[in-house]
Amino acid sequence: MIDILDGLKAAFWLVISFDAELWEISLRSLRVTLSALIIASLIAIPLGTYLAVQRFRYRRFAISLINALMGLPPVVIGLLVYIALSRSGPFGVLNLLFTPTAMIIAQVIIITPVIASIAHQAMRELWAEYHDLLISLNTTKWQRIVTLIRDGRRNLLTAALAGFGRAIGEVGAIMIVGGNIDHVTRVLTTAIALETGKGDFALALALGFVLIGIAIVVNLAIHTLSRTEREGRW
Amino acid sequence: MSAKFPLELDQVLVQRKGKVLLGPLDLSLKKNGVTIILGPNGSGKTTLLRAMHGIERINGGRITWAQEDPAKHAFVFQSPVVLRRTVAQNLAFPLQLLNVPRAETEAAVAHWLTRIGLSGKSETAATRLSGGERQKLAIARALIRKPDVLFLDEPCANLDGYATREIETILGETAEAGTRLVMATHDMGQARRLADDIVFMLNGKVHETGAAEAVIARPQTEELSAFLKGDIVV
Repeated sequence: MIDILDGLKAAFWLVISFDAELWEISLRSLRVTLSALIIASLIAIPLGTYLAVQRFRYRRFAISLINALMGLPPVVIGLLVYIALSRSGPFGVLNLLFTPTAMIIAQVIIITPVIASIAHQAMRELWAEYHDLLISLNTTKWQRIVTLIRDGRRNLLTAALAGFGRAIGEVGAIMIVGGNIDHVTRVLTTAIALETGKGDFALALALGFVLIGIAIVVNLAIHTLSRTEREGRW
Repeated sequence: MSAKFPLELDQVLVQRKGKVLLGPLDLSLKKNGVTIILGPNGSGKTTLLRAMHGIERINGGRITWAQEDPAKHAFVFQSPVVLRRTVAQNLAFPLQLLNVPRAETEAAVAHWLTRIGLSGKSETAATRLSGGERQKLAIARALIRKPDVLFLDEPCANLDGYATREIETILGETAEAGTRLVMATHDMGQARRLADDIVFMLNGKVHETGAAEAVIARPQTEELSAFLKGDIVV
C-alpha cells in the first residue's frame, strides 16, 4: 500500500515538475504506438470490411486465421521480427534493429489482427443491415466498402482503440526488437520493466500511472474529437 | 408507357436449399400504371419482386426487360433500410453514388424533403425517425434517381392509417408522373385504391392476373374469391 502511495506521489511530482526524461519516454511511447496504430488501421479496417462484404473460397479460413493471430504471444512476434531484422536476417540490410521503426513494425504485426477482427465483426453486422439497400442501388464493391467504413466509423473507432490499448501496453516484443536503449528506444513499458528489475518500485509505479493516464487521455480525446456520444446527428 | 417495358418473365424459377420458392411462372407486365401483387404470406410476392429487380438469383427461366438499365430500377423494402446518416444525407446517397453534381443533389434533396414533409428534420439522424417517416424517406430516396420502375414490398405494412394515406398520395403522384409501380401487398383496401392491374400469387405461382376492376369484380378462382372476402387462404 505504501509503495502504491509512494508511486502516486512520485507520478504526481514527475508530471508537475515536467521531468525531461519522463516527457521524452512518454512522447516516444505515444509516437511509436500512434504510428503503429495508424499503419495497422490502414491495413486492418479495409481488410475487415472486405471480409464482411466479399464471399470467396477461403473466406472462413481467412477469418479464422485472423482471429487466431489475435492470440499470438507478442514475445514470439518480437523474436520473429528480431530474426528478420538482424544482420543475418532477410531485412538486415535495412539496419532497423534497435530503432523505434523496429518497435513500430512489431506493434503493427501484433495489433493488425486485433483491429481487423473487431472491425470485421462490426462491419458484418452493418453489412447485414445495409445489404439489400446497397445491392438494390447497384453499388460497386468499392462503394459498398466505403459506405460501410463511413457509416460504421464509430464501431471502427472502438476497434482502433482496442488496438491502441494493446499497443501502448506492449512490452515483450518491443523490448526484444527495441532493446530498451536510453534516449533511443526506451518507452514507458520497457522503462517500467527496467525500474522494477532495479527494485525502484515507486518510480516503476509512477511510470505505470503515467502510462494509464496517457491511455485514458488518448481514449477520451479520440471519443471527444469524433463526437461518439452525439446521437441526435451523425 | 415506360421505355423499359414490356417486362417478360419466362418460366422463372427460384429455389433455395432444394425448396421451390417461386415458379416456374410466366408473367408479362406491359401496361403503364400500378401493378399490385396480392397474396397471403409466403405466397412468393417478395421473391417475385426481388427477382424482377435483379437482387434475387433465379435458378431457371428468363427475365427480359425491353431496355436493361439497373440504375433505372428502385426498390423499397418492407422494413425500410435507413443509413446511419442524417435524413438529408440519406436522400443524397443514391445521387452521390452516381457522382451527380453537388448543386443538383442539394436541389433534389431540398425538393424531396419538402415533398415528404421532413424539411424540419433534414439534419436529424434517420434512425430516430418514426416508422412512417422512415418509410417516406425510403420511398423518396428510391425516387430521387427518377427511376422508370419502382418496386415496393408492402411499404405500408405496420403503418397507421394516416401514414398509409401520406404514402399512397406520394405513390399516386409518382404513378401519374409516369413511373411504373409494382407493389406487393396483402391489404385489399390498398389494392382497390391503387391498382390498375393485379397479380394474385399463391404457393409461389401466379394464380390469377388481370385488370384490377375485372379481377376484383369477377374473380375466376375460389382462392382469389376467398382472399378478396378476407378468408384465410393457404
